[in-house]
Parts: sequence; structure tokens; C-alpha cells
Amino acid sequence: MSARIGVITFPGTQDDTDALRAARVVGAEPVALWHRDPSLHQVDAVILPGGFSYGDYLRCGAIARFSPVMETVIAAAREGLPVLGICNGFQVLCESHLLPGALIRNAGTLFINRDVTLRVESNSTAWTSDYEIGREILIPIKNGEGKFAADERTLDELEGEGRVIARYLNNPNGSARDIAGIANAAGNVVGLMPHPEHAIEELTGPYPGPATDGLPFFTSVLKQLVNA
Amino acid sequence: MTENAYQVDTVERAAATPETEQPYAALGVKDDEYARIREILGRRPTAPELAMYSVMWSEHCSYKSSKVHLRQFGEKAPSVDFLLVGPGENAGVVDVGEDLAVTFKIESHNHPSYVEPYQGAATGVGGIVRDILTMGARPIAVLDPLRFGPADAPDTHRVLPGVVRGIGGYGNSLGLPNIGGEVVFDACYSGNPLVNALSIGVLKKSEIKLARADGPGNRVVLFGARTGGDGIGGASVLASATFDEDKPSKRPSVQVGDPFMEKVLIECCLEIYAADLVTGIQDLGAAGLSCATTELAAAGTGGMDVQLDLAPLRDATLVPEEILMSESQERMMAVVTPENLPRFFEICEKWDVIATVIGTVTDTGRLRMTWHGETIVDVDPRTLALQGPVYERPYHRPQWQDSLQADEPDSARLERPKSGEQLRETVLRMIASPNLADKTWVLEQYDHRVRGNTVLAHGEDSGMLRLSEQSNLGVALSTDGNGRYTKLDPYTGAQLALAEAYRNVAATGAKPLAVTDCLNFGSPEDPEVMWQFAEACRGLADACLELGTPVTGGNVSFYNQTGAEAIHPTPIIGVLGVIDDVSRRTRSAFETEGEILLLVGETRDEFGGSEWAHVVHGHLGGLPPKLDLERERQLAEILIAGSRDGMLSAAHDLSDGGLVQAIAESCLRGGHGARVVLHSDTNPGELDPFVALFSESAGRAVVAVPRSEELRFTDMCKFRGVPVARIGVVDGDALDVQDQFTIPLGELREAWTGTFPALFG
Repeated sequence: MSARIGVITFPGTQDDTDALRAARVVGAEPVALWHRDPSLHQVDAVILPGGFSYGDYLRCGAIARFSPVMETVIAAAREGLPVLGICNGFQVLCESHLLPGALIRNAGTLFINRDVTLRVESNSTAWTSDYEIGREILIPIKNGEGKFAADERTLDELEGEGRVIARYLNNPNGSARDIAGIANAAGNVVGLMPHPEHAIEELTGPYPGPATDGLPFFTSVLKQLVNA
Repeated sequence: MTENAYQVDTVERAAATPETEQPYAALGVKDDEYARIREILGRRPTAPELAMYSVMWSEHCSYKSSKVHLRQFGEKAPSVDFLLVGPGENAGVVDVGEDLAVTFKIESHNHPSYVEPYQGAATGVGGIVRDILTMGARPIAVLDPLRFGPADAPDTHRVLPGVVRGIGGYGNSLGLPNIGGEVVFDACYSGNPLVNALSIGVLKKSEIKLARADGPGNRVVLFGARTGGDGIGGASVLASATFDEDKPSKRPSVQVGDPFMEKVLIECCLEIYAADLVTGIQDLGAAGLSCATTELAAAGTGGMDVQLDLAPLRDATLVPEEILMSESQERMMAVVTPENLPRFFEICEKWDVIATVIGTVTDTGRLRMTWHGETIVDVDPRTLALQGPVYERPYHRPQWQDSLQADEPDSARLERPKSGEQLRETVLRMIASPNLADKTWVLEQYDHRVRGNTVLAHGEDSGMLRLSEQSNLGVALSTDGNGRYTKLDPYTGAQLALAEAYRNVAATGAKPLAVTDCLNFGSPEDPEVMWQFAEACRGLADACLELGTPVTGGNVSFYNQTGAEAIHPTPIIGVLGVIDDVSRRTRSAFETEGEILLLVGETRDEFGGSEWAHVVHGHLGGLPPKLDLERERQLAEILIAGSRDGMLSAAHDLSDGGLVQAIAESCLRGGHGARVVLHSDTNPGELDPFVALFSESAGRAVVAVPRSEELRFTDMCKFRGVPVARIGVVDGDALDVQDQFTIPLGELREAWTGTFPALFG
């Protein structure tokens, strides 16, 4: 039986459709999870997709972090459940203290939707094992508050422990040390501002491409789960 | 609410006090209209009734000045088998194959966007998306055609960034990809920008919802946001007539949007539809509760009893006439059978959406509303929704039309570039001009990817969406409009807008099916504006008939003017097309070195209303390009067949800026240069290079074909009687026009992309 990948929908989530599709495209069984339902329905991994949970009117991800499903996700993540937070999902992970730092208003203040090149910095996480370190990948960003910020000590720690998983080649938003994504110490929880679920098909991925550089995020976790 | 402040104006009181003076003029109700209201009711209207008539009989809601002209879209409609719902409903619905239908419509939010750019534009998106939702469809994309004053005008720097942020802020938060539109600048829009918004949705053919309240005993449910004081225009007049202080005032007359609420409302409605729990549904847009209750009742069994004091409020001091006129966003009204109510409320609760039964469908033929037990409204809903005033406004051709058309942009009047060096400079100047320059600065603020079905978006000739991951069935959409052409000749200008959108859809490989229109004009009380409107409608209806693409719905926006100065008449036309297999789509980029460039269509010396005359000479005069609709149809079939049969590698429609603009865009997009030969054995034109490069003749496209397909493609053109000429080859890293000039792609790109960041960054 294939692995079950759960995708949480909060009110205001936008990219749940895309994350479910990504799970399906790589051959996992996609499972829709609902913010009010604390059960994870026996999924083997969880994606917190992009969007504007609860409208993000207070602070991005600040309210979603308190939803019933997150209680379970936080506990399970501490036990090793693979969790990927994309964009708003990354913000939720930071608000949940599963990952350090915060995402703040972009340096240019505007919402930016752009294909950006990332360099993969770590393949020792649940979500990046299918990449080679140093590989440059084209993945879209689309956010207004995607600037990664943390104190110097935390940044040093992240770098020292190899927990920066991807960096921007041309920093689009002023993120500290060009950081696009990070992992927790165990490597099962990953937060990423760019959207790999928008780079999984030739037909709809970045143009002129490469269009499918986001796929290994999903194949990585699937392989790990199937082999486990 | 303080006790002393407000005395509700009941039906009983209205009947007893016929002499009470009512501020109808301040509400925009004319003397004869007021007299007619009294005649209909057999008494004076209550203040709430007057509020309802004033909004329902407004130009915006009743189409009283435009109706007589809009009729042509029905009378001259081509006979087609794919139109499931035509004009008159919230949006038209088109059968696109399999078991799927698509609904789409364009609307304006011009005036609010000038007053308050962010909220005006945001709620413009919100409003049109609710129209689509109301048809029973999942909204799947938006497009935003925009017009602003000059790019370097100070006020444009107030309006444009706010409008763009508003569209992005609202649309992105709804999870709807923004896949097309336009950004155009012209001094005529300085005091009156145009912010049009088109939305499209998809549904099963069998699941179309209609706005009608059927079945006596069925409940009327108001759900979504609470009703607040925003968006109330004239209601304050009524309120101040009866009392003044003692309540929150200074309410913005521009609505304030909450995209999160709307996103939740969309998902909530879709779940309710999937469970088949409504017999009728209507969104609350212009005229709010007045419009929703009267339209539902008028289209259904005919009667409705409403207990208005049950409507959940954001501001407890609101009085009935304000509640009836409020345009608070993110509200819907459903008609639900009593047995479906529990399940309906369960779904609303799941999404944290407030839902309240406020009324019941009746067969009395009357819309009755009570306020804490007293009857405040008792009307025949059809008199509000269907029997509004109809005006045959006088119109006549402006005296200046002849001299405008006589002022041709010929070489004697406007100096034309001659040498290669002059042409080169003109190309760089044109491509950097705001209307032709790269719009990335704007487009990056919109999410075009969400939902993962965007096959083509900005920068392509039309946006394209995949509808089915199994079959790859998809739709394409383009919006176009040219105010300068329409000013020169409203009949032809409207047709040219249709032809361009039609051509753009075909250029991506989709078959154009149906039309939505947003008719932006000045004041209908000006007979010259009314003539422009009448001519544009006539032209559009004639062209739709000839092209076989019916108008399925749209919007009229009048009073777009500053003082006595009207905007250029600007019909914006949206064309929907269908494509069997989106993987067959044609892009506009030149992607492959060595491929042959062909120009399809005929180029004439046509510069009336052209971008060149506008940019280089600030000139507007003469006639717009000639239009041959049969030729447009043939060209579209060539482009569609070329896509389907795999002959085409790229196609790009020729319009603003002419051939050289199209080639430059395709080069820059694909990252390859082109060698262009204006005169050759297969292209023995006698046009001078300037005309060949910059003319805006209609009915043309430039295509790139693999060498192996050239003969098959040109044979197809010849068979259809459409001129085709080899004009070059995809090659190198420069735009090279033989014997004239060379521009390295880097230099071209710098000119093209530098303008917007310099202006707005």
C-alpha cells in the first residue's frame, strides 16, 4: 500500500488543491485533512499548504497554529512525522515553534509571484533526500511576507547544523542569508517559502522551465515512507 | 439605538401621510419616476420602499438608458447550440463539452476605484466572483483589464499601485489565478480610470443554479458577512431626513472587502451546492438586499415575506432603508426548503459562516417586509426588478466626428521615420512606451498559478486553463479594447475589440465560442456619448452575429467622465474559447532557432488611432484599421488548425504597435533573435519598411513554423484565401531587420523592461 500524505485545509488555505495533486502525481495517496478535526487519519506525512489561513489578518500563521489539527501535528512532528510547510505553512510552523525564526514583510513590501532559482543546501531531510546538494532548481515564489528573519545566533545555529535546506540565488525579498527553507534538527520538519507543488508538471510548471524541479520534495518523502 | 432618534416609516404611515415630502431627487429619482412609483403603489412610498426603487431603478441596476440598445445582442444573436444560459442571469453559461459548462462575465468597478483604489479594485474582483459563484460554479480565474491616465501623471501614481494591490490582495486571497487583462494609459482616463474585472467558473452542465425564489413555504436565508454601513450612497439622505446626530456616520460609500470571508463563503456555497440544498440563489452586490430580494421574488413564484430586523448587522444603529441599500460585501441569499435547512446550517457552521432565515417564499405576488412587527415594504417585486424605466435617450453623431476622421495620420501630417537608424530609434522608443512596455511589475503582484491548472497566462495571447486532468479539455480567455479606435469610429472600434480578443483566443489554439462585454462610456445624457454607445452596440452585435459568438452577458458603465469631458468610448470585450487538448496550446515565444517566420494576413498603411501616432506624435485622428470579419474567421481557423495539427511552434497576434512589436515580444519571451526580411521573393510587398513594421492592420498574426511544416501551413493559408508571406527566421540574439537595423536582444529587453520599475518601482 502506498504512503498516505495528508494536506491540511484551514479556512483561507489556497494551495491545498495543488499539494494534494503533487501527492497524487508522485504516487502517494492524498488525504484531505480539516483544521477542526484533530485526527490525522493515519497519514504518514503532512503538508501544510500555502494560502492565507484565517485571512492572516493578525500575523501570518498565528491563528492556524492554535487550530485543533495543529495540536496533533505538533505532537506527531516531535515524534518524527514528516511535515512540510509551504509558504503560509512555513509561517504556521514558525508560529508553532516547530521551526525557528519568522517570516516578515518582503523587503520591497509588495507581493511577488516569480520563478526563482534556489540552490539545494541539504539532502539529509525527509523532504529533500532526492536532491543532490548544490543542485539549482527553479521554483515559484508567491508571497507578501516571505522574508525569513531570525537572530544571528539562530542563523549561525541553522547553518552550523546544516539545517538550511535551500537558498535563493537572487534574494527576492531580503531573507536573512538568502534562506528560502529550513529544517528542524531531526530533519523531518521542513519549512519552505517557495512552492514546489507549482513545479510538478510540464504543462503548468515554470516557463520556459525547467518545469518540474519541485517533484523531488514529494518523491523524497514518498521513498522514505515506502522504504520505512 | 436611541429611542428618540428614528421613527420607522411604515406602509400604514405612508398611506396616512400622502403629503410628506420625500427626498427622492437627492436619491437620483427623477420627478416622473417618483410619480410612477406613487402610481404603482397607489400611495407615497415608505422611506424603505423609496430606497429600494431608487437603487433598483438606478442606471447601474436597471440599464434604463442602455436597454434599448442592448436588445440587439439578443435580436441579432447567432444561433448556436452551446449557449445554456444567456444574458439576464448573473452570468452566461456555455457548454464546453464532456459534462462541463463554463460561466463567465465581466463587470466594471471604475468609480469606486478612483475614490479608493485598493478597496474599489478589490471589491470589483469580489463582486464578479460572487456572480460566477451564484450560477453554481466554482470560480477558477480572474482577468483584469485596466485603463489609467498618463503613466507619468501624479494621480496615476496614486491610483495604479492601489488598484494593482487591491486586485492582487483580494484575488490572491481567494485562491484564484489571475490569467490575463490589460494595462493601458491614456490622458482621457486621468480623472476616470477603468477597472474592469472578468471572472470565469466551471460547473457540471446539470448543476446550473438560478436566481429565483420558487415554492411557497421555502425559506429565504441570508448568509455570509453581516450587513454594515459601507457602500451606502444615497441612503444617508433618507437617514438624515428623519434624524441626524446620535449615530456613527461618515460611512465610506466605497465598500470594504474581506477576501477571507469571501473565500470561506465560496467553499461553503460549493459544499451546499454539492449537497443540492438550494432551490435558488442570489449574491448581494449592487443594491444589496433590495436587489437580491426583488430579483429572487420577481423571477420565482412571485412573493416573499421578509423580517428585515432579523438581518445580522455589524452596526446595530442601521435603519431599514440603510440595511436595504447597504452594499456590504461577501453576502449571499439562498432559497432552501424547510427539510434541507438543518443540513444547510450544518455546512455553514462547518465554515463558520453566519446564516439566518429572514423570510419565506409566498404566492402573494407581493414582497412584504416587516421591521419589528410593522410592515415597511409592500410592493410587487416585478415593478422593481423588471419594470424599471426605459429611456430612449436622444443621440446624434458629434459634429467633430468628421473633422476627427479627416485628420488622417498620413505622411504629410505626421513625419515618419525613414532611415534604418530612425526606424531603430522608433522601435526602442515604442517598446519602452508604457502601453507596450513589459508589465511584469504589475503581473508579479498577481498569483497566476494557484489551483495548478493555469496553462497560459500573462504574456501569452490569451489565458488558458485546464478543466480536466483526465482529458486535458480546457478554455482560453482574452480581453481587449481600444478606446482610440472606438473614438474614431465607435461601430468599427467595438468590432475591432471583439476581433482582437477573438484572434487572441485562436492564436493559442482555442476555438472562440462566446463573448462578454463591459461597455465603458461617458454620460448617457450627452447625445454624442449616446451615439457612441448606440454605434458600439450595433457594431458589436453585428460582428458577434457574423463571427458566430453570442454575447452571454456583461455590464454597462456610464458616466465615465470628468466634468463635460467623457473618456474615449471603451468597450472591453472578453472572448471565451475552448480547446480539446491544452497540451496542444500555442505559445507566443520563439523557442527554436532556425524556424521560419510567416506573416499571415494583409498589411495596409493604417495608422489611425495607432500606438505609433499616439506615442510619437500624440495624435489621434483618421479612421481605425479596416475590419474584414470573414478574414478574421479564416485566420482563426488557420491558427486553430495549425495548433491542432502540430504545424505551429509559436503564434502571436498583431495589434498595438504592429509587426515589430509582436516579433520583439516573441523574441524576448523565447530568448531568441530573429532575422526579418521585409522584401523577398515570397514577400514582394510594396510597403515601405515603416508601414510594414508599425501598421496596425487587423486580421494578422505572425507565426513560427518548423521548416518541415512551412509548405503545409502556407498551402492551408492559400486554400483559405488568406495572404501569407515568409518574413524571416528565428535566429541569433538580435532583432535584425535586413537592410534597416539590428538591435541586440539585451538592448531591446532593457528598453522593454525598464519602464515600469522606473515609473512605479
